[in-house]
Amino acid sequence: METILNFWNWLGENFILAQILIKIMAITLPLMGLVAYFTYAERKIIGHMQVRMGPNRVGFFGYPLWGLGQPIADAVKLMFKEIVIPTGANKFLFLLAPMLTLGPALAAWAVFPFDEGLVLADINAGLLYIIALTSVGVYGVIIAGWASNSKYAFLGAMRSAAQIVSYEIAMGFALVGVLVASGSLNLGDIVMAQQGEGGLFSWFWLPLLPLFVIYFISGVAETNRAPFDVAEGESEIVAGFHVEYSGMAFAVFFLGEYANMILISALTALMFLGGWLSPFPASWVDGVWLLGDGFHWLVLKTLIFGFLYLWFRATFPRYRYDQIMRLGWKVFIPITIVWILVVALMVLGDVLWWA
Amino acid sequence: MSFEKFLFYAFSAVLIFAAVMVITRRNPVHSALYLVLAFFASAGVWLLAEAEFLAIVLVLVYVGAVMVLFLFVVMMLDVDQAAMRAGFIKMLPVGILIGLLIAGEIFMVVGPGTFGLDQVAAPERLPADAQNTAVLGSLLYTVYMYPFEVAAVLLLVAIIAAIGLTHRRRGDATKYIDVAKQVSVRKGEDRVKLVDVPSEEKMELK
Amino acid sequence: MTFDPMHLIPVAPELFLLTAACAILVIDLFLKDEQREATYILAQIALIGTASLALLVGGGERQVVFSGSVIRDGMTDLLKASICVIAFGAFLYAKEYLKDRNLFKGEFYTLGMFAVIGMLIMVSAGDFLTVYLGLELLSLSLYALVAFDRESGRGSEAAMKYFVLGAIASGMLLYGISMIYGATGSISFAGIAEAIANDAVNNTIMVFGTVFVVIGLAFKFGAVPFHMWAPDVYDGAPTAVTMIIASAPKIAAVAMAIRILGEGLGGINADWQGMLVILAVLSMALGNVVAIAQSNIKRMLAYSTISHVGFIFLGLLAGSQSGYASAMFYAITYALTALGAFGIIILLSRKGFEADRLDDFRGLNQRSPWFAAMMLLLMFSMAGVPPTVGFFAKLFVLEAAIRVDLTWLAIVAVFFSVIGAFYYLRIVKLMYFDKPADSAPLQAGMDTQIALSVNGLAMLALGIYPAGLMAWCVAAVA
Repeated sequence: METILNFWNWLGENFILAQILIKIMAITLPLMGLVAYFTYAERKIIGHMQVRMGPNRVGFFGYPLWGLGQPIADAVKLMFKEIVIPTGANKFLFLLAPMLTLGPALAAWAVFPFDEGLVLADINAGLLYIIALTSVGVYGVIIAGWASNSKYAFLGAMRSAAQIVSYEIAMGFALVGVLVASGSLNLGDIVMAQQGEGGLFSWFWLPLLPLFVIYFISGVAETNRAPFDVAEGESEIVAGFHVEYSGMAFAVFFLGEYANMILISALTALMFLGGWLSPFPASWVDGVWLLGDGFHWLVLKTLIFGFLYLWFRATFPRYRYDQIMRLGWKVFIPITIVWILVVALMVLGDVLWWA
Repeated sequence: MSFEKFLFYAFSAVLIFAAVMVITRRNPVHSALYLVLAFFASAGVWLLAEAEFLAIVLVLVYVGAVMVLFLFVVMMLDVDQAAMRAGFIKMLPVGILIGLLIAGEIFMVVGPGTFGLDQVAAPERLPADAQNTAVLGSLLYTVYMYPFEVAAVLLLVAIIAAIGLTHRRRGDATKYIDVAKQVSVRKGEDRVKLVDVPSEEKMELK
Repeated sequence: MTFDPMHLIPVAPELFLLTAACAILVIDLFLKDEQREATYILAQIALIGTASLALLVGGGERQVVFSGSVIRDGMTDLLKASICVIAFGAFLYAKEYLKDRNLFKGEFYTLGMFAVIGMLIMVSAGDFLTVYLGLELLSLSLYALVAFDRESGRGSEAAMKYFVLGAIASGMLLYGISMIYGATGSISFAGIAEAIANDAVNNTIMVFGTVFVVIGLAFKFGAVPFHMWAPDVYDGAPTAVTMIIASAPKIAAVAMAIRILGEGLGGINADWQGMLVILAVLSMALGNVVAIAQSNIKRMLAYSTISHVGFIFLGLLAGSQSGYASAMFYAITYALTALGAFGIIILLSRKGFEADRLDDFRGLNQRSPWFAAMMLLLMFSMAGVPPTVGFFAKLFVLEAAIRVDLTWLAIVAVFFSVIGAFYYLRIVKLMYFDKPADSAPLQAGMDTQIALSVNGLAMLALGIYPAGLMAWCVAAVA
């Protein structure tokens, strides 16, 4: 153990780039695994809700194992499929688009604290960085739609662009509320600001309840998931922006979408549900194994929101486009603005228990 | 050359390359995408100048919102390339002349002669926990409060002007939906209509 | 810095008008088309209220509040009040015109009021940032107003030109401001003046910065060679909007020039004086000569404005107290004259008829001797014929120029104003010595008639007693 630690420190002093790369791998690789099994979970959970089995054949070494091998098989299949580039498509942009979807979704994790002090880049403007990167993700969709040289793809891209820009405002405002309440842009500080005697009642979800709900719903809209998935809209515009994609290019879009979902779930957990904090007051569970603060709480909270994503998809019919716009501009934005004012007054008046 | 210097030149090179591409590409969508690249590169330069708030806000506002809408419009428009290019050669000498003049003038004004390190000392490095977001915020709401509020009025006028110039009542052609009415539908009476259908007589098979 | 509610008193006119504009914007939403008159009346009340508030909070010591962003002194009191009065007149004349053309909407008044707020902010700005934001507020409202008639292709074209050129001008201005900021390390006029006085600035940057700022100013004034937008915008915009563009903003522009050049860059007066001399000579020459060739009265008045801007520059470039006072006097009286001239054009026009050709003025004397006389007074004032006020306005700026030993410039100015007299007097000739081509009776409400009469007679009254207003102007810059 000592040797490993010594080696790690030596690496940090001499080959800092290598050390950073290892850290990045330590975040990305589990994330990719999570993405793969998120798709499996989606199929299983929705299958269960619709009273069917979901994937249950592909296992390992001849055992079905409830279909656990399915994501691997899918990945292998997609890797070996041909990437068809449509005639008249802009080849460079066509291939760039999927990467632009995945890139920001992964880059955002750089400032994400997994536990106290456990963060790749502990920057002060972390929250801003997150907002900026999630807003950049839309380029993948727009460029894909345009570069495909296809009307359906283009329609999907246009829908997506307008939708994401609209919901970004509500999302940003919701985060302004978090900023006001915590008094910091640093994600670690935001979590620590939620620590208190009230346990889960000290978290921001309670004083910022409207912002919490709006943030998560806007997050669903930002990731183009049901019931806001008009950019794909398979019943109207076939598959929207990625109708022309196949093989690995399509798979990268898929990875990007699910990575974004996990990111939004984790961020919601971090900013409104106290991140790695335990839901029990520290005085109750002091020293009790697994009940104190820890990484596992963050995972658990993230999984709850991940499950909500799937639940939404299984239950809600798709919104009509004008209704999406109405919800974003006429409902969410006004509510967030009003609630920012309320939060500011609460902070000023010291009404809250966290200060 | 220190790593920071290398980064500065790398970002600057990308910035200049992207800026040149913005004005030379034939396809307006490509131009807009290069502009996005230029914004990213200048955000990088800003980061090096320890202005992380400005850098991130540049990405957030310009890349994340303004350019998305811009692309939205550019992609929808069918720009007539030939008409845009007409007179290009004729105007080129004048354009080049003005460009050179401006470039020379910029060099004179912000070049090493006036803003070199021997004229203006390099600013001191900020400590690692310096928060220019907080500093900017407190300046905006105290010293620059009046201009800040005027900027808000400016945005209000922009909204009024945009709506005033484009909004048209379309009469009955569009079916506006009253969401309040939709939501206030009552379960029993409005949504489901129960119709009494008389049951069929049992048919005899012949 | 702690916030002191007393700081709000110097900006009370802006605050009042802003609140009123927002309230009227909302009230207007709930009015039916037949009740639109209420918006108009409320807007007029707001303007009168603002003017009285400007005079009420005015007087006494010069105040600098909001960390130097806002200045309130004699100049702001006078100019704010006159801007509101001019805007009041413009709204009054515009009413019939708008009603006839289906343009009688609340947005005209709200945008107009926001333009006035922009002008008020410009007038009392204490730093570059505020003056720039005020200017943009004014310009943005005007761009929208020019395109106000959505059915008119020419209006949209004019708005587009105005917008693009205005954006370039703003860019120039900002570019210059950034250089001056780089050289002095301050954006407040007081700070810049102090840096110049301490001789702590780099001269190259300062001069380049000043060049760009002057170009930006010249664009906004419409001085040659940055005048290209003026004729097209004057012509393309609805006459009611042209009237607003041609009148009050000139007052605000003069205030802006005095603040930037006088208060901020006063220390390098020698540098910008030469630039203004060139602009003044070119504007007077081109404006007066090209105006002769126009057959459209709106275009003619556009070129006439350009030449008058040359005269205003004459007062500004003197760089002396009396020069600024004379420029201010010129701008106020010019705004009043232009307001009246456009008022007469609107009076002559009716539903489906614009009255924007010179020929439409033929035989006005036979149709309405009273308004022909008013137009006569207005045209005499523009030409600078005594005893109208235009004569004294010209006299004061010429005097200011001669006092700083620019006699040759004064002679050039007199020469071009003689050329200019030709086209003003041509209208007088058309009105009095030609047969009317059109014998439809003039239609106007009693309010418009009274206002026009007051406006026309004001030319004479101010011409006979120029000392009162001039004394006010002198006191304002002191």
